[in-house]
Amino acid sequence: MADINIQDIIKPENLVYKKTRLMTDKTLSYCPGCGHGTTHRLIMEVVEELGMEYETIGVAPVGCSVLAYEFMNVDMQEAAHGRAPAVATGIKRLWPDKLVFTYQGDGDLAAIGTGETIHACNRGENIVIVFINNGIYGMTGGQMAPTTLVGMKTSTTPYGRDVEMMGNPLKITELVAQLPGTYYVTRQAVHTPSAVRKAKRAIKKAFENQLNKKPGLSFVEVVSNCNSGWKMSPVDANNWMEENMFPFYNLGDIKVDGKLVTK
Amino acid sequence: MGELRLMKGNEALAEAAIRAGVDGYFGYPITPQSEVIEYLTAEKPYERTGMVVLQAESEVASINMLYGAGATGKKVMTSSSSPGISLMQEGISYIAGAEIPVVLVNVVRGGPGLGDIQPSQSDYFQTTKGGGHGDYRLIALAPSSVQEMSDFVPLAFELAFKYRNPAIIISDGAIGQMMEKVELFEQMPRLTDEEIREKYRWATNGKLKDGTRRVITSLDLDPHKLEEHNLKLQAKYREIEEKEVRYEMLQCEDAEYIIVAYGLSARISQKAIQLLREKGHKVGLLRPITIWPFPKKQIDELVKKGVKGFLSVEMSAGQMVEDVKLAVNGRVKVEHFGRLGGVIHSPEEVVAAMENKIIGG
Ligand SMILES: Cc1ncc(C[n+]2csc(CCOP(=O)(O)OP(=O)(O)O)c2C)c(N)n1
Ligand code: SF4
Ligand SMILES: [Mg+2]
Repeated sequence: MADINIQDIIKPENLVYKKTRLMTDKTLSYCPGCGHGTTHRLIMEVVEELGMEYETIGVAPVGCSVLAYEFMNVDMQEAAHGRAPAVATGIKRLWPDKLVFTYQGDGDLAAIGTGETIHACNRGENIVIVFINNGIYGMTGGQMAPTTLVGMKTSTTPYGRDVEMMGNPLKITELVAQLPGTYYVTRQAVHTPSAVRKAKRAIKKAFENQLNKKPGLSFVEVVSNCNSGWKMSPVDANNWMEENMFPFYNLGDIKVDGKLVTK
Repeated sequence: MGELRLMKGNEALAEAAIRAGVDGYFGYPITPQSEVIEYLTAEKPYERTGMVVLQAESEVASINMLYGAGATGKKVMTSSSSPGISLMQEGISYIAGAEIPVVLVNVVRGGPGLGDIQPSQSDYFQTTKGGGHGDYRLIALAPSSVQEMSDFVPLAFELAFKYRNPAIIISDGAIGQMMEKVELFEQMPRLTDEEIREKYRWATNGKLKDGTRRVITSLDLDPHKLEEHNLKLQAKYREIEEKEVRYEMLQCEDAEYIIVAYGLSARISQKAIQLLREKGHKVGLLRPITIWPFPKKQIDELVKKGVKGFLSVEMSAGQMVEDVKLAVNGRVKVEHFGRLGGVIHSPEEVVAAMENKIIGG
């Protein structure tokens, strides 16, 4: 058998996938199997494909993705916990031709930052919000999030989330979809190749809306796993997510071109 | 001579913001400073200069809008009064840590808590000693007239950008609300986006053409690097203390006793000095214009010149008096006088305090 030389295989015509140069070479700080890294990549691929590398300003949250600015190779700001939509508002109001996005977890966006989220959406800020819903506070060690499912065990709901004591999980995405200020609201996932492709299309649409100055804010939720916080292997976490998260947080578009999607 | 107008302090400040070429104002209404945002929305500065004015949903939102906009190199400001400034403290700490040049305005009212809406000076500690978490300082300018409410706006921006540090104009309900003649300065141009990108290379307004990207953050998980950052901040603060102390001295040449007072208290103390001099007491006034950096050296020199006692006069329970004491360092007598909760002291009360606590005390 003839020897196979690897150099013969690495040729442009054989290229099936290439890391976007808008992701830095820094090793991701995320646990293996976590959805944060994939979502970062999708956003950066979209920015590159839109040719907006020099015109984009991203806002990182406080949460596991607090260091998003080390991985996303565009101008970045790191906001206080929950305040990214206000930070992004400040940027966008003064640089209306730039692409401005926030990247936020569920604790950041739907607990401490609920006010900023709702008002940025309600004002129809022409920005993109990417919202990672993993049903938990990953960064601080797996405490209950506003999105934690009923009965779900976390370090602050060790016997499972009790509705009487802690209320119901908050579907903030459905909530912001009701506001006239949102133009595009969708819920996606990144746990399988087909979900990744759909999520990328959604993120691209959101950024294109902003680029084309469509009236309102584009909001992309990504239902994601937190295998460390959920105390599962990555595979189990993805299965658990399909079985438990998706029936409550239904995937798909909620509002498109300013109109609620009727199902 | 510039245009003369009779204006409220808050309005003069708002007009000065437009004329100083400020790019954006973000704020939330609170008495006694709501005239600032009311004036700005009525004036339509977006038509006059292109300045953005936005009413935020809270002071938490306004300070974070400032963080975002300021971190792009634009000139942005907010104004509020005591409870609102308290709410902003986390954001102010982030802004100081990330070295974002912004201008804040506190038109102080009586506290603690919801307090009242009368003029007060009880936010001195909050302004000069930190306020939020971590080791940081604000450059703090204290106007004592409507004229200074106007003049200190461009000055605050100049200092903020010179040092990449938040600056605060600390006024009070009386200076904000009273009407006085003010000479307005000429309209200054706003910088263009290109000028900003050229001038402030640190700012996050889209990567530079050479591929350089900028990050604005107050985070560094490596304690040694964070210590290094803190040392850099401290060096900057020492430089500001060295170069930016501003003050006014009135009748201090022959003074045996000194009143130290800023803002409204300085106005009242001016009258008190006149009354004390009529009674034969040689009293002068030291008015800190920057309450941080504080005129420590000037106090030290006054002590060395033979001043026998200092009365710190402020509408608080005695906050600035601690800085006066630190500067005097036990060499001569230092006392505090001030009314609380928004009550304004009379010149006669100041005279009595000087006579009883310092001269006769
Ligand atoms: C004012 C403030 N309160 C609390 C914290 C602590 N804190 C850091 S991250 C976090 C929760 C983040 O959870 P989430 O937004 O869901 O992000 P994830 O880590 O799950 O991606 C909390 C409570 C903080 N940094 N600042
Ligand atoms: S703790 Fe959870 S959210 Fe954070 S990196 Fe790990 S898996 Fe991801
Ligand atoms: Mg989370």
